[in-house]
Order: sequence, then structure tokens, then C-alpha cells
Amino acid sequence: MLRKIRLVIALLFWIAITLLFLDFTGTVHAWFGWMAKVQFLPAVLALNVGVVAALVIMTLVLGRVYCSVICPLGVMQDFFAWLGKQGKKSRNKYSYSPAISWLRYGVLAAFVIALVAGIAAFFTLLEPYSSYGRIASGLLGPVYAWCNNLLAGYAEQADSYAFYETEILFRSTTMAVAGVTAIVLFVLSWRNGRTYCNTICPVGTVLGFLSKYSWLKPVIDTSKCNGCGLCGRRCKAACIDTKNHCIDYSRCVACMDCIDNCHQHAISYRHLKPVKDTAHTEEVSEKKSGSDGGRRAFMAGMGAVAASAALQAQDKVVDGGLAVIEDKKIPERRTRIVPPGAKGLRHFYNHCTACQLCVSVCPTKVLRPSTDLTTFMQPESSYELGFCRPECTKCSEVCPAGAITKITQADKASIQIGHAVWVKENCLPLTEGVSCGNCARKCPVGAITMVASDPSNPDSPQIPVVNDERCIGCGACENLCPSRPFSAIYVEGHEQHREI
Amino acid sequence: MDRRGFLKLFGSGAAVTTLALAGCESGKNPVTGITASAAPQLEKGKMTYRTNPKTGEKVSVLGYGCMRWPTLHDPDETLDQETINRLVDKALEYGVNYFDTSPAYCKGRSERATGIALARHPRESYYIATKLSNFSPSTWSREESLKMYHNSFKELQVDYIDYLLLHGIGMGEDGMEALNARYIDNGVLDYLLAEREAGRIRNLGFSYHGDIKVFDYLLSQHDKYKWDFVQIQLNYLDWKHASEINKRNTNAEYLYGELEKRNIPAVIMEPLLGGRLSKVPDHIVARLKQKEPERSVASWAFRYAGTPAGVLTVLSGMTYMEHLEDNLSTYCPLKPLTQEETQFLYDTADLMMHYPTIPCNDCKYCMPCPYGLDIPAILLHYNKCVNEGNVPENRQAENYRKARQAFLVGYDRSVPKLRQADHCINCNECRPHCPQGINIPKEMNRINDFVEHLKQGTL
Repeated sequence: MLRKIRLVIALLFWIAITLLFLDFTGTVHAWFGWMAKVQFLPAVLALNVGVVAALVIMTLVLGRVYCSVICPLGVMQDFFAWLGKQGKKSRNKYSYSPAISWLRYGVLAAFVIALVAGIAAFFTLLEPYSSYGRIASGLLGPVYAWCNNLLAGYAEQADSYAFYETEILFRSTTMAVAGVTAIVLFVLSWRNGRTYCNTICPVGTVLGFLSKYSWLKPVIDTSKCNGCGLCGRRCKAACIDTKNHCIDYSRCVACMDCIDNCHQHAISYRHLKPVKDTAHTEEVSEKKSGSDGGRRAFMAGMGAVAASAALQAQDKVVDGGLAVIEDKKIPERRTRIVPPGAKGLRHFYNHCTACQLCVSVCPTKVLRPSTDLTTFMQPESSYELGFCRPECTKCSEVCPAGAITKITQADKASIQIGHAVWVKENCLPLTEGVSCGNCARKCPVGAITMVASDPSNPDSPQIPVVNDERCIGCGACENLCPSRPFSAIYVEGHEQHREI
Repeated sequence: MDRRGFLKLFGSGAAVTTLALAGCESGKNPVTGITASAAPQLEKGKMTYRTNPKTGEKVSVLGYGCMRWPTLHDPDETLDQETINRLVDKALEYGVNYFDTSPAYCKGRSERATGIALARHPRESYYIATKLSNFSPSTWSREESLKMYHNSFKELQVDYIDYLLLHGIGMGEDGMEALNARYIDNGVLDYLLAEREAGRIRNLGFSYHGDIKVFDYLLSQHDKYKWDFVQIQLNYLDWKHASEINKRNTNAEYLYGELEKRNIPAVIMEPLLGGRLSKVPDHIVARLKQKEPERSVASWAFRYAGTPAGVLTVLSGMTYMEHLEDNLSTYCPLKPLTQEETQFLYDTADLMMHYPTIPCNDCKYCMPCPYGLDIPAILLHYNKCVNEGNVPENRQAENYRKARQAFLVGYDRSVPKLRQADHCINCNECRPHCPQGINIPKEMNRINDFVEHLKQGTL
């Protein structure tokens, strides 16, 4: 019974969290957005004391149910393990193995150090919820989007506006990282169940340390046990030492499988008075990430923006047809751009676990994971596919780690995340002699004014000038600039976001 | 079963099928008297013809406009020659004998495709109309213009042209200036007059859009040039409302009247306004259908354009076989409008004027936009939403949420993001090309502002 309850709740969590990463309409977030916010590490980074306290208390009372119910990566591994024991022979394939404590605590220590030192490539790869996020958005996302587009196609034929098409983006780095993670986890869990959770996962190690002292835990009643060893052979955490009737509670994820499997009803979920505890007494500190100084070195050097081949207005002789549109390229930015609500680069990169939730919900594909090693997989903004629209605050709504803090539409209009920079060499009025002014016309905050390029000649071509104090760095000008592949106006990020 | 058995069975089966088909052909089920099909029966040899007063030739009142030929729906928009051949065959079979093309149509591919389809038929079975479409300043020189003229013969595979037009007179920022640059100063018009003398042009005329001064000027020179025909835009909306829709344009009532005074045959273009007179709001459909439930909405516009006696032919750019069949059923034969029916259409036009659609006829003269916009697709989407009531005035509008979704989702469907109105830079390249005189950049900005208001929820 307990096992069935666990299964039902775990599936609900798993499906809902997966949908958070797949749904681009925002409907699922309204209902299940909180599920991302109760994830352990994001809550720690968000300094969400309430959630962290609740999870700690939950673990102290019930054991590591977090790992078998709330953690989507854990549930995914259970699914892989279930696939792995479908054969008759492999049903009872697990066996007890002693804990590899040096590895567990070693990884945890390295993880905390990486977190504090800001080595994103390391800690984001190990963080379980973020790993799952990358798998869901990088591998399942395109499939989901493709299915949606299929439905949108049918809807279009039926003249319905219920479904609309979305762009399918294949982000090769995310897919590669997610693919490798998924394959490694698949092999590990197919063969030995929860190996990752009990030897590598830093969250598992912390919660495992707590769960040793949990109030309720599966307990073997030696008077009923006939020593068949079935519970041990079916324990995916490999934590039941059947010979000694002893369970390693630091690795037990409270899945309740043993309770349901025991023919003698010898295992029950109850309170066990601590007898003798030989546990390590290491102090774990994971809350050190809130404040520290200057840990991200900024990439400084950059060349001038490459000269762009501007669009050539062709001589129109015949009617019809569409001009070829060249794709925009990413300009070299001296300072990267992070979305409003992120407060600044340091705050953002200190808190972000690279779960890709914001990347999956960004409707204009502005956010994308960085491939830079120091910020590996953590998102950054760029405007060649779209710009940061004034009415959208989605990333700030979904971020579970507090890296992008919650802002309103009104806040957004007054948060300066960067400023626009004009590139003379690309500006069409000067290069092609056409009148343009699209940047000024489309600026949502009216920060751009068109002026005569020659102050002494009011009829000279009009060029944009940017009021840096007003510009919020949304990238509308950069995105809508007709100069391709490099825009004649682009946004430089600000280290520290400011209110204007 | 042996072979004989099979043949016997097959034979009897065929007989039964033939009988059944015979039953269908009579249109009525012999037993029940119920009609099997309501599709209008097309009969050959019923086409209405008009006589060209100069040559005495009989021209079908339905003319084939070759500006909207079907494409293969590939990125290059290759013309679907196989379908074009079938359309031309069917049109000729039912008596259409006037085909109107131009070197500029369909990305410059219309003449060749039309030529291929027509060359499969005897030369005397059709009349070809084409134009000297030297719009681009690069083709204003005498040499370039004549090159274009001679190339038409090659593309159309003919050694004489039945109807040749100076194309789009009155267009451009200054209509008179454009006329002088394109035809007068370079001596091209004189050359064409000589070609008419020589018989390589059977009829010489011009098509008119825009600046009325040019129209009046050319007609004032009728004694000198002896126009054999003039092509004008005429339909029940433009008869009295053309100048109201756009100050630059002139009511068809005046244009047709001027031609009638001089006994010049009129060739009618845009009788359906590129579909704007068939894609109309629901209650206007209901109004027209109520009067003639078995006729299409479009048929009203075609009957209207064909009714005046001075009309030589009415051009229709029929992309689909269904268009052709519907028009054939309207014109085989033409049932002229009664006075009461004409008044009914004028009243309908008054109703239509309440809808703020943009007068785009999807002629694609504005394309390609150098900055990649799909201008006609943007305008057509907007018009569709106007007609369907999906352009809410403000957020308090009753259907705001539904209309917003329909407008925005439909916008992304009809126009790829990179070709939407927000990419218009107001370069004004397109403006002089629009025969309807639409201020395209202004409309692009207006539509984009509307889209922004919808997206930001600030309508």
C-alpha cells in the first residue's frame, strides 16, 4: 500500500515537472509551477528558508522520500530500473553492497567548493534537478514541440486557433550534455538501480545524512524474518544487508518496495529507537552560496563587430517573390546579458543551477544556455531570434533558484539590463542611403531618437542616437534592425542591473 | 473462372455502370425525381461574346487574367505548368478566347507559361494581350523597352500580338512624368504605333491606375493615337467609392463614362478586387446568397462587370479550376443585371464601406520587398480579421480574448515572423508600385502598432 501511494505521488510529480519544461504556453506553470520551487538545491540557492526547512523536516520524519517522490531525476531512474528488471531472471538481480562513503562525501565536498567558487560546469552537471531539466528540455522538448506542431497543422486545417506552431530549436550543446547524462544514468540505473543517487548525487548525500536520523523508517522484524533475502535482492538502493538484518538508512530512499515484497510481513515502516550509530559526523554546509565577492572573471577581450554585409535593395523589374533573408549572427558582447530580475551577473550566476526552465519557457528564444565553461549551461540572453518583450516576465516567474527574481511588467519597464550601442559601419542610411529609423520606431521605451548624420545639414541621412539613461537593453532595436547578419545597433549587458 | 466467364461478367458490369451513369447525366434520379448534383451544368457553346468595333472579332466576355497562375508551393514558387495547361484547355473548350499577361507577372514567368499552354492550340483560336511593363527606371531607355517588347513575342511563341498595352499608366509618384519617361520621350509609343501599322500589334491600348491627369491626357490625344481599347478597374465597389477609398483613385463611373463617350471598348480588370468582393463579412454573404442561393458571391461581381455594353471582356485571374468553372457558369451565357439588381449591389457596396479593410488586391506589384516582408500576406491577414470581426477596438470588446488569439495566431500562420510588419523600415520602395495607391509603410506601422497593443495587452 505504501509503495502504491509512493508510486502515484511520484508519477504525478514527475509528469507535472516534465510538463513544466515542455509546455511553452504557460498553462502548466500556473498550476504546477510550485513543483520546481520545492526542489532542494534551487530552494537552497533561492534562500527559500521555508522550503528548505520543510524538506529537512520531511526527511527527518519520513526519510529520503524526497528522492523517490519529488526528485524528477530519481523517478526517472526508477523508471529505467523498472525497464531493466522486466525479464524473469532480472527481477531479483540487486544485492547489498557497502556504502562508498569516501566517494559520496568527496563528491559533496567538491560540489560545495564548486558552488562557492562558481565553477558552473561542475556543479550544474551534478545537480540532479538541473540534470533532469536539461534532459526534459533538450531531449524531450523537441519531440514535444514537433507533436505540438503536428496538432497545430491539423488545427490550421480545421480553422481552429487552439494550437499554434512553435519553433523547434536544436541546441547542440544542451542536447549533448543531456544525452550523455541520460545515457550514463540509464546504464547505471538499468544495472544497479540508484547507484547515482547513493554515490554521486550531492543532494542525495545531504538528505541521506539526515535520513539516518529519521523518525520513521523501514524496520526488519527479526522475529518474523525467515532470512529469504528477497528484500535485499529487490532493493534498488542496495542498502539492505539481509545477513545482518540491517538497513543502511543513509542510502534508503524510502521506496517501500521491501515492505510490499516481504512475504513474511517482516518489514514495517515505523519508528526505530537509535541504538548504536556509527555514522560519520561530518558537518555539511551547503548554505554558503548567498554572498561572496568577485568570483566570476569576465571575458574582456573582444574585437570590433565584424563588418556586415547589408541588405542590397534590388532593382524591382518583375512582380512577386520574396527577398532572401539572411540569418542574424550573435555580435561579440563585452558583457553578457541576463534577463531582468537577475539583478546582475554575479547574483544570477551565483544562484542559477542551469535547470533550463527559463530557457524552455522563453517565448522569443532570447534565453539560451551558455557554452562558456565558467557559466556552463547557465542561461544568457541574445537577440538574433527575438527580443525581450515588454509584456513577458515568464523567466522570472518560473525560476526556482531565485537567480531571476520575480518582477512585474511595470518593474520590467524600469530595469536596465544593458544599453544599446550603435555600429556606424552597419547603419543602412549611411551604407545604402535609404531612410530607416526602425530602431527608433520600435523602441518600447522611446530611448532612440533619429538625428541628421551631418549636424550642419538637416537633410543628411538620419541616424539613431541612444539615450543610455532610458535604454533598458531589451534588444528590440537589435532584433528589428534591417542590417544583416550583424545589426547596426546591439545591446551590451550590464554587470549590475539598475532601476531607472 | 475462365476468360470467357470473366469477359461476360465484365461486360454485364460495364452495361450496368453505363446505365447508372446515363441516369446521372439526366440530372435527376428517374425513380425519385431527386437531383443528384447541384453543381451548375456547364454547356459548351453558350459563352457570351462582345464585338471589337475595329476588327469585328468576337471576344469572350470572360477573359483569362494570367497574373495569378497556380504554383507548385515550393519556396521558389515555380509555376505549375501542368495545371496551367489544363486550365487553358478547359477555358478554350468553353469559349474563353482572351488571355491577358505581362512580362512582370508571376516573377516574370507568366508570359512563358501562358505561351506554352496556348501554343498547343491553333493561333486563331485565341487572342493574346500583353503589356510593355517597363516600370523599373533601368528599363526606361528605348533600347531596354524594345528589348522587353520583342522578348514578349519569344516568350509567347507568336509573331503578332492581338492586344498590346502600355502598362499601369498613372502609377508612380508623378504619373505624367512616368508616362513621358517610359513611352513618350524615348519614342517607344511612336515605335508601337508603327508596329500597329505593320500588323504586328493588332490593337493598341493602355491600362490605367492612379493619377487621373494621365488618363485624361491620353484620351485627349485619342485622335492622334486612336486607342483601340483601354483597360480600367471596374466593379460595384469602385463605381462610386473608388475615390472615397483612396483620394488618388477615380471612380469607375467616370472612367467608363469617358471611354463610352469616345466609343472605346473597355477591358475590365479587378472585377473581384483580388477576392475582396468574394471574401466578405458573413452578413454580406448572407445578403447576396439570399437573393441568389444557388450562385456564388463572386458571380455577382462578374455579372456586374460584364453587364455594360461597352465592356469588351472582363479579366479574372483564375488560379483554381473551381474559379474557372464558377466563372464559366456565370458567363455561359451572361445574364445581365437588371436595374433593380444593380441598385441592390450599390446598396451592398455601401454596407461594405463600413468595414475598414485595406484595399489590397494581392497583385504583388509591391513585391519583392527588399527587406523581406510579405506585404500582401500581412494585408490579407488584416483584412480577413476585419471581415471576421477579429480586430477588436479595445480590451472591453465582447470577443476580445478570442479575437486576440485569432489575430495573433493567425498572423504567425499567415506570415513567417521575419516577414511580418515589424520589419518594415519605411524605405518607401513599395509605394510607387501599388496600383491601389495604398500607403504601404503607413499601413505596416499601423498593423504593427495594433499587434503590439494586442501582445502587450494595452489596446
